[in-house]
Amino acid sequence: MYYEAIVIGVSSGGMKALKFLSSSLPKYFSIPIIIVQHLSAQSDSQWIHLLNDKSHLNVKEADEKEKITKGYIYIAPPNYHLMIEKDKTFSLTIDERVNFARPSIDVLFESAAEVFKNKLISIVLTGSNSDGTNGIIRIKKYGGLAIIQDPTTAESEYMPKSAIAAIIPDYVLSLEKIIELLLTIDQKNK
Amino acid sequence: MRNKETSDLEISLLLEAIYQKHGYDFREYSQAHIKRRIMNRMAVSQFEDVAEIQSKVLNDATFTSELLQDLSITVTEMFRDPLFYRSLRENVIPILKTYPFIKIWHAGCSTGEEAYSMAILLQEEGLYDRTTIYATDFNQMALNRAKDGIFSNKMIKEYTSNYQLAGGKESFSNYYTSNYDHVIMNQSLKKNIVWANHNLVTDSVFAEVNLILCRNVLIYFDKNLQNKVQTLFYNSLINGGVLCLGSKESLRFSDLYAHYIELDTKQRIFKKKY
Ligand SMILES: C[S@@+](CC[C@H](N)C(=O)[O-])C[C@H]1O[C@@H](n2cnc3c(N)ncnc32)[C@H](O)[C@@H]1O
Repeated sequence: MYYEAIVIGVSSGGMKALKFLSSSLPKYFSIPIIIVQHLSAQSDSQWIHLLNDKSHLNVKEADEKEKITKGYIYIAPPNYHLMIEKDKTFSLTIDERVNFARPSIDVLFESAAEVFKNKLISIVLTGSNSDGTNGIIRIKKYGGLAIIQDPTTAESEYMPKSAIAAIIPDYVLSLEKIIELLLTIDQKNK
Repeated sequence: MRNKETSDLEISLLLEAIYQKHGYDFREYSQAHIKRRIMNRMAVSQFEDVAEIQSKVLNDATFTSELLQDLSITVTEMFRDPLFYRSLRENVIPILKTYPFIKIWHAGCSTGEEAYSMAILLQEEGLYDRTTIYATDFNQMALNRAKDGIFSNKMIKEYTSNYQLAGGKESFSNYYTSNYDHVIMNQSLKKNIVWANHNLVTDSVFAEVNLILCRNVLIYFDKNLQNKVQTLFYNSLINGGVLCLGSKESLRFSDLYAHYIELDTKQRIFKKKY
């Protein structure tokens, strides 16, 4: 099995989780990571620089038409939806909010499912709304892998619970265990 | 959700049909965006497959105009990205002040909020009387609403705050009158705005203009189409004219990048070289 991308959806309580994740992955990690984190429309990119300083990988905002490359963690810019094109580049749109959110996790997940099919890993982390649930349904339909943060270990249990209720997840794990799993998958991926 | 996969071939045939039959060319738009809108339409109208949409496009005018609305995203705001407007005041107004007459083109103006914001800014800077604003879009329904200048008051709080952050000099409420759940923009803001139907893909150079704003339109186009439209803008601007893009749009990958000077890199404001 050769995974081409990891998509992650995270909302309230996510900052801590993302700090932990981005600082735990090694330099040689071979699968590009694409993240939607719900934030206010006005927020600046300061926090991305902080994550980048503490990570072995390159953490950056996803740019329009940018090619998805390994060694990178991409974050959706505030106030834009992030989508993936067939040629594995990013598109941004300012379409209506979805689940009151822009960027919306569903929008990223659904477009990633169409492109990466069964070569996609998806992760739903802490959050207090149901964004991501429709997206992960689509990802499962196309044979992608669904990993969900164990709600009892999430700062906000609502989002992981909502995803678990909608699909049969491949894994329900704490954040620490999710990172271990990603490292194992990455070993076999090369 | 349908179980059937929506194939890329079906979608490209549909876009071909829309173009051949109605002249609207979406063939070089972002595929992910088009696919998403089509799949939404299929879910809403409970269509079995894309072929069903295609046959409606060929036979049903009402449906076609609905579909065109689906494909044209009209989301917009007054003084969206306030820091952009602040930069306009600082970096572009001084340039405009050197001209006896000013022509501004808002390409993809949607329901007009951006053009009204510009009119307000120009009034405050004492330039509006010698300006003509050409505000264009290919979506006639959006243009009609723009012309009316009537907006829901739900957004006014946010617009007022945008206006202030943008360096507004008055009270925002001076520019409209409230009426129940909506606001009506002042007549004095409308007088020098020309609303016109123009399609960036299929129509030609617009006019010899001093300033072009095209924000959050090009993100919906693929690279090739972006380059074509950039050529259209380049040919429409006078030497020394200014081009403003949306906050996530770039000229850097365009063939024309070398022909502009960056006036404000972060706010995506470029000046055409002499
Ligand atoms: C998201 S809105 C942007 C509105 C405004 N400029 C802003 O940034 O708030 C995009 C607009 O581009 C228009 N548009 C899309 N394709 C176009 C084309 N080929 N020609 C003219 N307008 C187009 C749509 O109808 C829509 O009103």
